[in-house]
Amino acid sequence: MATLLAFPILGILLVLQTAILSQIPLLQGTTDLVLLAVVAWSLQRRVQTAWQWGIIGGLLVGFVSAVPFVVYVVGYLLAVGFSLLLRQRIWQVPLLAMFIATFFGTLVIHLATLVALRVSGIVLPLGASINLIILPSILLNLLLALPFFTLLSDLANFLYPEELEM
Amino acid sequence: MRAPSARTWQTAVLALIVIGLIALALGGYLTPLSRLVIAPFVSAQTWLSTRFLTLQNILSSSQDLTRLRQRNLELEAEVSKLQSEIIDLKQQIVETRVLSALVEFARVHPENRYLAAAIIGRDPSPFVKYVIINRGSDSGLRSGMPVVTSQGLAGRIAAVTAGAARVELITDPASSVNVRLEPSGAQAVLLGSLTGELSLDLIPQTASVNVGDLVLTSGLGGNFPGNILIGQITSVYQRETDLFQQASVQPVVDFSKLEIVLLITNFRPVDIEPLVPTPGAP
Repeated sequence: MATLLAFPILGILLVLQTAILSQIPLLQGTTDLVLLAVVAWSLQRRVQTAWQWGIIGGLLVGFVSAVPFVVYVVGYLLAVGFSLLLRQRIWQVPLLAMFIATFFGTLVIHLATLVALRVSGIVLPLGASINLIILPSILLNLLLALPFFTLLSDLANFLYPEELEM
Repeated sequence: MRAPSARTWQTAVLALIVIGLIALALGGYLTPLSRLVIAPFVSAQTWLSTRFLTLQNILSSSQDLTRLRQRNLELEAEVSKLQSEIIDLKQQIVETRVLSALVEFARVHPENRYLAAAIIGRDPSPFVKYVIINRGSDSGLRSGMPVVTSQGLAGRIAAVTAGAARVELITDPASSVNVRLEPSGAQAVLLGSLTGELSLDLIPQTASVNVGDLVLTSGLGGNFPGNILIGQITSVYQRETDLFQQASVQPVVDFSKLEIVLLITNFRPVDIEPLVPTPGAP
């Protein structure tokens, strides 16, 4: 159920991202709603479908984007793995974990994109990439991290209600 | 003959008095008197009437208020509906202008066959400059078809699905277009960049290139048809030690406001890859 739910949720977020948010850049950086959803989902305590969400998100974005889809699949899976690690290590402060995972997730995906483009023969200037794309994208993602964590937290509580001891 | 009685005299006197009063009234001689008599009655009636109306208003105001609120809601709904219609109509005007410009462009270039498509999204990755259009292989689109607007060249189709296609804009960092400069006729290569700015490279040192020169597709390489306007040169970089000149280009297409594009459907890109000599080949 939770795995199937990834398709409509991540699909809607991807539509929002391509139709609206990609046209509202900060410098050249844009928000990655799918990454935020995947990271926020992975950080929820009782969620067991984080890896599935990472793969589905990666495939969806990879299908739409001109960047090789392997970048998004690998990038989202790395973000999920990092989020799960944070969930185990700093489970007392989930919001802090969300911010850290968002920061590193965005960084990993953008660096992976740079590497993939370089391999395919497109050499982008690193300094300009960091200043114009990576840092503004991180800032935008961090701004949306908190509302996304709250929304996904509500969804996780709905799907995985806490068991009460009688 | 009997003498008139006292009652008769009384009646006659009263009749005379009444006739006199009527005559005086008709003559206007009784107006000040009547004013004096009527004034207190009018004042009293005015006072009473005002108080009654006030009381009536107080009693009926709750009903009026409800009715007014209801009417206000109706009017607000009407205003919202009209505002939404205005927005729709404005959007239609904008679309009509764009389409009319595209029709004009198609009329000026009758050698090509065009198909219009709407931009429905942009690539989720900020590193590349691609847009998604709402036409695909079902509409006869194929990879490599040039994409133009009423102003000039926008890009070419990079990937196609049944109902949509991905267009690589000429501002993409991986994009390169063979161009010709007017009026010098010099050949060069137009390159995209990370920021979406366009630049020219491989301009021969001997070519006379000036700010304001037009940049058009040359048709070399077989990727784009020739003579499609791209933009104007805004600055030229020439150094004696370099092999080639470079220049910046201001595109005629506003890529941040792309809404509707035209696809040149009768152009087939030529793959010259097999003709490019490879090192070590005989």
